[in-house]
Amino acid sequence: MFLYVLKRLAEMIPVLLVVVVATFFLAHAVPGGPFDKERPMPAEVKKQVEAYYGLDQPLYVQLGNYIGNLAQGSLGPSMKYPGWSVNQIIGARIPVSVVLGLVSLLIAILVGIPVGVIAASRPNTWMDRVPMGFALIGICVPSFVFGPLLALVFSLQLGWFPPCGWGSASHLVLPALALGLITAAPLARLTRGELMEVYTLDYVRTARAKGVSPMRVRFVHALRNGILPVVTYLGPAAAALVSGSFVVESLFDVPGVGKLFVTAIINRDVPVILGTTLLYAVALLCLNLVADLAKAALDPRTARDRR
Amino acid sequence: MSAAPANVSAPTETGWQRFQRDRTPVIALWFLVGIAALCFSSPLLTALHWLPDYKAQDLALGPVAPGAGHWLGTDLLGRDLLARLLQGGMISISVGLIATAVALLVGVIYGVVAAEIGGRFEDLAMRVVDIVSTLPLTLIVILCTVVFGQNIWMIFLAVGGVSWLTMARIVCTKTRSLKNRQFVEAAVSLGQSRPGIVLRHYLPNLSGTIAVYATLTVPGVMLLEAFVSFLGLGVKSPMTSWGMMIKEGSDVMEQCPWLLIIPSVVFAATLLSLSYLGDGLRDAFDPRTAKK
Repeated sequence: MFLYVLKRLAEMIPVLLVVVVATFFLAHAVPGGPFDKERPMPAEVKKQVEAYYGLDQPLYVQLGNYIGNLAQGSLGPSMKYPGWSVNQIIGARIPVSVVLGLVSLLIAILVGIPVGVIAASRPNTWMDRVPMGFALIGICVPSFVFGPLLALVFSLQLGWFPPCGWGSASHLVLPALALGLITAAPLARLTRGELMEVYTLDYVRTARAKGVSPMRVRFVHALRNGILPVVTYLGPAAAALVSGSFVVESLFDVPGVGKLFVTAIINRDVPVILGTTLLYAVALLCLNLVADLAKAALDPRTARDRR
Repeated sequence: MSAAPANVSAPTETGWQRFQRDRTPVIALWFLVGIAALCFSSPLLTALHWLPDYKAQDLALGPVAPGAGHWLGTDLLGRDLLARLLQGGMISISVGLIATAVALLVGVIYGVVAAEIGGRFEDLAMRVVDIVSTLPLTLIVILCTVVFGQNIWMIFLAVGGVSWLTMARIVCTKTRSLKNRQFVEAAVSLGQSRPGIVLRHYLPNLSGTIAVYATLTVPGVMLLEAFVSFLGLGVKSPMTSWGMMIKEGSDVMEQCPWLLIIPSVVFAATLLSLSYLGDGLRDAFDPRTAKK
């Protein structure tokens, strides 16, 4: 088990290196620099600034320096916010995105899985068709449609929640709902589909025959097997949350990492672009590892198959 | 066909007949054909003066709610929303089709080659797919579109370039199962070359699967493009796409809700139809993976 985790972690290093190199060249190829303003800088000043950031050196030297700094845990200085390091800028925004992401994931799980269980318990009745219809719509309506609609109804029409900003629990409601309900839809469909298959298995019939209550069969006996693919889906779900967070954070003006990335692209702030991309890559790789470990813990068969 | 009881397929029934028995995917197909035909005929309609030019501004007019003069109203610059919706649809649907074609090409070649060589190479190739699919690909697409100057062809390529992974995985699994079939063994023993086997035996047998998953790729690809456009990093103004129109609409949703609602509904309906169509095709042509 320990060796397996170690092996997976070691596997991440070359992957992350490839991500760094690819993003590095892409970000440096972006036309326009962070110092291009409406009023051009005097040539000498620009030269000084570029020398400070090492931009006057050949690209491969810059790449070498960047990886060297990275090995020491530094993401370099920001080009748009002088005096701030990228570590500080990103560090200040991580808690915001983590809170938003966790609450959304919680909403997704608390809505998606029970809905899937209920739908599977009465297949092809209204209790199945109505929630599954909503789930299909939820899959097809992207976050950037759902988010504005939520804001339109609950903020502008009803005035229940603030339309944008950050700071109190009521600010969290709309963005977390926008992200969470969109993620709940595929979860509900997945749970229903898997449970429908598990319900046909012999051990479920045995449990029913020996008089286990229907609720216990559904939520304890069947769900443990039915939940396996749902746990595996945690990886893709996290990826969807990440890309959804760009839109939702920009839309509701949440000062998180997603908004930072979009702003950095518009500002051509190369170190921030690199830093956020790297952060997302690490987060997603780790989440996939966690999903695999959780699956192994729930299903001894996959644990045995592992090399 | 009418005599056959529901959900029981005759052995002689073709996939196409099975597809047509279910009503929803057929309706979805006709809806999509209609939308696509309308969108792609919009330059012709404009040339015939049946439809205003999507670029023509009328600043004096400003935003007008849907009504007799402009059926779907106008945007802030007084541009006709119907004309823009059709033009945007043309871009969005083109991205969907062309990027899917790119994804198809890369994914099928990758999958077939990996499975055909087999052994450690196949393991390694599939591990690469696994790892790449856990990366934040949306960020890469955004970067690519910015680097290459929001050129429409680069958007096709970038979106297609990250959407081939599922296709590669499915094609690889399918090809591996084909490898042990008797007709392939027969072809090998008759001395057919490996490229010949791939072309004559693998690809024809894979075509159904490929078609099904291509249909399921289209909505994802369109979503990705709309997403990039929504962030203001997609196609360039005055060109438009559905994602960009939704973005413009969400900026002014308080004053002009129709600018948000109409493109959103059309976009969501198109995506919904595409997934119904994809599910229908999968159930009809790939019955083993169909859900009970």
